[in-house]
Amino acid sequence: MAKMTKEEVIEVAHLARLAITDEEAVHFADQLEAITNAMELLNELDTENVEPTTHVLEMVNVLREDKSVPGLDRELVLKNVKEHEAGQVKVPTILE
Amino acid sequence: MNFETIIGLEVHVELKTESKMFSPAPAHFGAEPNTNTNVIDLGYPGVLPVVNKRAVDWAMKAALALNCEINRHTKFDRKNYFYPDNPKAYQISQFDEPIGEHGWVEIEVHGKKKRIGITRLHMEEDAGKLTHTGNGHSLVDFNRQGTPLIEIVSEPDIRTADEAYAYLEKIKAIIQYTGVSDVRMEEGSLRCDANISLRPYGQEQFGTKTELKNLNSFNFVRKGIEHEEVRQEQVLLSGGVIEQETRRYDESTGKTLLMRVKEGSDDYRYFPEPDLVDIIIDDAWLERVRAEIPELPDARKVRYVSELGLSSYDAMVLTLAKPISDFFEATVAEGADAKLASNWLMGEVSAYLNAEQKELSETKLEPAGLAGMIKLISDGTISSKIAKKVFKELIEKGGDANNIVKAKGLVQISDEGTLREYVTAALDNNPQSIEDFKNGKDRAIGFLVGQIMKQTKGQANPPLLNKILLEEIAKR
Repeated sequence: MAKMTKEEVIEVAHLARLAITDEEAVHFADQLEAITNAMELLNELDTENVEPTTHVLEMVNVLREDKSVPGLDRELVLKNVKEHEAGQVKVPTILE
Repeated sequence: MNFETIIGLEVHVELKTESKMFSPAPAHFGAEPNTNTNVIDLGYPGVLPVVNKRAVDWAMKAALALNCEINRHTKFDRKNYFYPDNPKAYQISQFDEPIGEHGWVEIEVHGKKKRIGITRLHMEEDAGKLTHTGNGHSLVDFNRQGTPLIEIVSEPDIRTADEAYAYLEKIKAIIQYTGVSDVRMEEGSLRCDANISLRPYGQEQFGTKTELKNLNSFNFVRKGIEHEEVRQEQVLLSGGVIEQETRRYDESTGKTLLMRVKEGSDDYRYFPEPDLVDIIIDDAWLERVRAEIPELPDARKVRYVSELGLSSYDAMVLTLAKPISDFFEATVAEGADAKLASNWLMGEVSAYLNAEQKELSETKLEPAGLAGMIKLISDGTISSKIAKKVFKELIEKGGDANNIVKAKGLVQISDEGTLREYVTAALDNNPQSIEDFKNGKDRAIGFLVGQIMKQTKGQANPPLLNKILLEEIAKR
């Protein structure tokens, strides 16, 4: 059974941009360990000859023709935006 | 250099479809900011993406043109990341079942041919465009969000900056011929990242690589790689280690600067896109797309050499850009001599386009016009020198070469009697030149020809003039 560390929880939380405290990380480490261990039960099954299932529907090739419709009214697009300038969304600079 | 450079390139190409990859919003460059969006692009709750059929056709077309094998079962995956250029916080891409794999292109550098492998070609969607204002905030335009992209990943087969340049030229040309993209780097419809590592000669295992971004022209790709080679060599020789990191090329200094330590593939937490079902490509679909691929640059090049008698180098240069190659073929079809047409397109036409920063289609030059002018040169009606005047008129105002020559009185003087009169006058006026010539100074002939050309406004038939001049001077 895999051990989930506090550090792993902090790393995963960072990837999801979740701010958590050290205490929470310890708490979630225990919980997540229980969950992943439960999931690992599935590894007991032999899936050697089973195709991966990405969808339960027997449906493939759902495609649309390349036709465009006019874009949304910009007023509407920017309506839920906190700040905008010159028709663009204003965000704090995050340099990669 | 004690090290061998290993280069792999990732090329992103925007497909010029009418609508986006997964939404029906318009996918056009140059619209007012945030006017080409849709709830699907903006990641509103409850929306469902639907795959653009033409984008799949075109990705397949590009993959086939790049000699890839097509995966008959292909699917989309979700790549998770947070960055303000993407309101969904994930990009729909392809992870383990890309549409194309195991392709190759052939490049030629310094006369040596080499095959560069293509690991994979996959479909994905573009992100929005961020403009950093420099005062703590950035502006986001989501017009580009969702535009269909293909990413072409090369094998680490490239060894020099020149090979990287040749590879990019070849990818660009092939994609341009297929017609699926404008492949304009200045508009961002073709973009390139480079992975670079060094290893001591003889070592099998690759060194740690860095990824180079912000390479906004083929020249910057070349310069960025050259700089990164030297930087890594210095680090290694001084006992340091190369970190796996992303660096950006700074155009103003020609240096590469650290952007961030690279996230691993695991950090993107790829998983099969739940909103899109798989795509199965049957023989009929594949063959329909294959049949739509036009003659590609390499095939044209071979034909130009074998059927039209061009040199291998000329054929290569002519076929690099489809508009030029198409224009060349139309000019030859209009009856122009192939060699002359090739010389004019690679010489005067290309010089004009460079000087004016124009595309061929933005000028008034037509294949019939150029062919007409070349025919006038071939039959001796005008000299090459006069042709330059006609050419300027043709490319700036268009029209028919014959009419221009007549209207401007540019017809070459090929009448022996008339030319002899000019020669006699020139000899009478320049006795010193005759004496110089008799004393063995051949330059005197050049001077006399120059005088007569001035008199005739450049219209004297050069070989005939030379012949008559030599005859007349011998008589003195």
